[in-house]
Amino acid sequence: MSPSVTTRTKGGAGAGVRAGAGVRAGRPNAAWALPAVLFFGFFAVVPMALAFYLSFTKWNGLGDPQPAGLANWRKLLDDPRLTQSLTVTVLLTVVSWVFQTVVSLLLGVWAAGRQRNRAILSAVFFVPFLLSSTAISLLFYALLDPNFGLVRGDTLGSTSGAFLAIVFVGGWQFIPFHTLIYQGGARQIPEVLYQAAAMDGAGRCRQFLSITLPQLRNTATTSGVLMIVGSLTYFETVLILTQGGPGTDTAILPYLMYEAGFKNYDFGYASAVASFLVVAATALSLLLVRLTGFGAMRSTREGM
Amino acid sequence: MESYSRRWFLGAGATLVSAAGLTACGSGSGSGGSGGGAITAMVYGDDAVKIQVKSVDRFNASADAKRTKGKVKLQKIPGSEYPAKLRTAMGSPNAPDVFFNWGGGSIKAYRDANQLVDLTGTIESDPVLKNGFLPSVLTAGALGGKNYGIPMRGMQPVILFYNKTLFAEQKLQPPTSWDQLLDNNAKLKKAGITPFALGGSDIWPELMWLEYLVDRIGGPEVFDRIKNGDSSGWDDPAVLKAAETVRQLIDDGAFGKGYSSVAYTNGGAPAMFAKGKAAMHLMGSWEYSTQLGKFPDFAKKDLGWCAFPKYDGGAGDIRNVVGNPTNYWSVNARTSNKDAAIAFLRDCASEAYTKDLIANGDVPATANAAGLLDASPNPEFAKFQYQMVQQAPAFTLSWDQAVDPDVQTPMLTEINKLFVGKSSPSRFVAALKGLK
Repeated sequence: MSPSVTTRTKGGAGAGVRAGAGVRAGRPNAAWALPAVLFFGFFAVVPMALAFYLSFTKWNGLGDPQPAGLANWRKLLDDPRLTQSLTVTVLLTVVSWVFQTVVSLLLGVWAAGRQRNRAILSAVFFVPFLLSSTAISLLFYALLDPNFGLVRGDTLGSTSGAFLAIVFVGGWQFIPFHTLIYQGGARQIPEVLYQAAAMDGAGRCRQFLSITLPQLRNTATTSGVLMIVGSLTYFETVLILTQGGPGTDTAILPYLMYEAGFKNYDFGYASAVASFLVVAATALSLLLVRLTGFGAMRSTREGM
Repeated sequence: MESYSRRWFLGAGATLVSAAGLTACGSGSGSGGSGGGAITAMVYGDDAVKIQVKSVDRFNASADAKRTKGKVKLQKIPGSEYPAKLRTAMGSPNAPDVFFNWGGGSIKAYRDANQLVDLTGTIESDPVLKNGFLPSVLTAGALGGKNYGIPMRGMQPVILFYNKTLFAEQKLQPPTSWDQLLDNNAKLKKAGITPFALGGSDIWPELMWLEYLVDRIGGPEVFDRIKNGDSSGWDDPAVLKAAETVRQLIDDGAFGKGYSSVAYTNGGAPAMFAKGKAAMHLMGSWEYSTQLGKFPDFAKKDLGWCAFPKYDGGAGDIRNVVGNPTNYWSVNARTSNKDAAIAFLRDCASEAYTKDLIANGDVPATANAAGLLDASPNPEFAKFQYQMVQQAPAFTLSWDQAVDPDVQTPMLTEINKLFVGKSSPSRFVAALKGLK
């Protein structure tokens, strides 16, 4: 390939970047970001701003929102359901993270092997991720029916049963995705490390603990951040499996918001919950990025 | 009415959230002006909607439509979460002119926002409307003594269904008193049969038990007070007694073990009942058509029905009924063609409309229905239902439809807590009193 061709390819959509046009040859014009910015603006920023505005009003969906000052935010602080909801959300996030990480780490490392049966099985394992959450929830709802399902107990009627069902169903859906991340991560580990370890007489377990796990550190961070932020938005699973029940024991924050808005028609309060969720989720992801060094991540293979 | 049940079913969360965002932008003027023009009618789009489709066709071809220069366009809202979708539409500039609702509390917010046409005077002055419907049904959907709705679907009283064959095998009689009911339960449990099917995960089937128990123990006045906004009405000893009775039934195993994971909406509870795992089922009259659809043999051979038994020493008449009287059409105050809207509502009192409802297996709330019920797919059941409602000294609207929508969900949540054992009867009463 001639140098000019290479440069043009790098120049994104080949926007008239001539060979040797300068140091910015690799960067497309800012205008290219416009569609994405507009899309994000209309469907994320504007609704978010509206929700924030609504959180200072009283509105039941009819007529004009009436200014209500800080009433909704005060109610939010006093609401015992918010405390319960936060506890459940945090618990769900932590338990989901542990469950999904352990399973997808093991599956991912296993799937990284080059054997044909592993390739076929990992393709099969990936299927649940392609289904919609609603379909998956409905499926498990039927399987958990106490009279006609596969698991004939009062699963969804007990607090721990309902909670674990949500963890399991969420895991069933998202483990394939994280398995894929771990598979990719495990395949990146240089073979020489294992060869050296084998010469030193390390067994499979030792190799896994001393090479695979440390080498997957960044992969685990990526997948962990996605899991934690993702589990803050679990909604369909709860709506379909438990409707926040038994009682209010599995009403996580997004469900609380839905209930306030579309069952009680208290859009002001629902918006306050929504705004709180936005703030909490943003803070959490920033914190995670800071703590884990996700943002400053560098290749571990430099110099190899 | 299947609509009642499906209403609780899935919510399309994402759609709704974005819809809310859109309505937030457009809560300005409604469709103003008067005079001629097409009007829209928003209706719950389940199987029974074919009757409204016919009605619209009939109206659009009629002289009334020409006189009022109005044609009706039907908006069928499919499936779930109709109330939330209606609320969104009514808050937008594209509000329907005429809309389907459950009467009572389900339209209170619209009345408070001056979005409803008061039909009281119209009904008084129009013999077709005044004499067209059963008075108890017209009243049950009213708010503060004023009518805002015209009955437009079948009646939906809550009935105690039982398995005739199972009862004969166990030599049992349908219960008429509470002692008899408990006696039946003991015998059924001995035979390894759950006495009652209960779709507890939907919550509203649990509500039906409390509705009937409060009525039978304290009479219809107890809930009437609550309905009219007096939340201290929950303090009535009948409510506590009803909650305690529910607890006893649960501890006694009357609903079996897994009832709080069983749903009505996904067919769990009806299947339990039809397959003989449970002997009785307290359910709205739509149970009959549900069973006819899913287990036709069972519906035709084994399905029996009776009134909810008397509670010994209680104040309530055994003839009192709870449930949904029917569904109603209400008119949006900002309609562009009120004359056409009211002319369209008059079709619901027509014989053709009544006949369509009967052919669908419904029991219309119209005065002329009695003579036409022989055409029903099951005349015996249809007549039982019609007489039940006609002779009822009181028809209590389902609590969740009667109370203010703001307290509806918290009330259902408290009921669910009582049934799953997360709350005691006394805590239950205290929590309900605190709802405002």
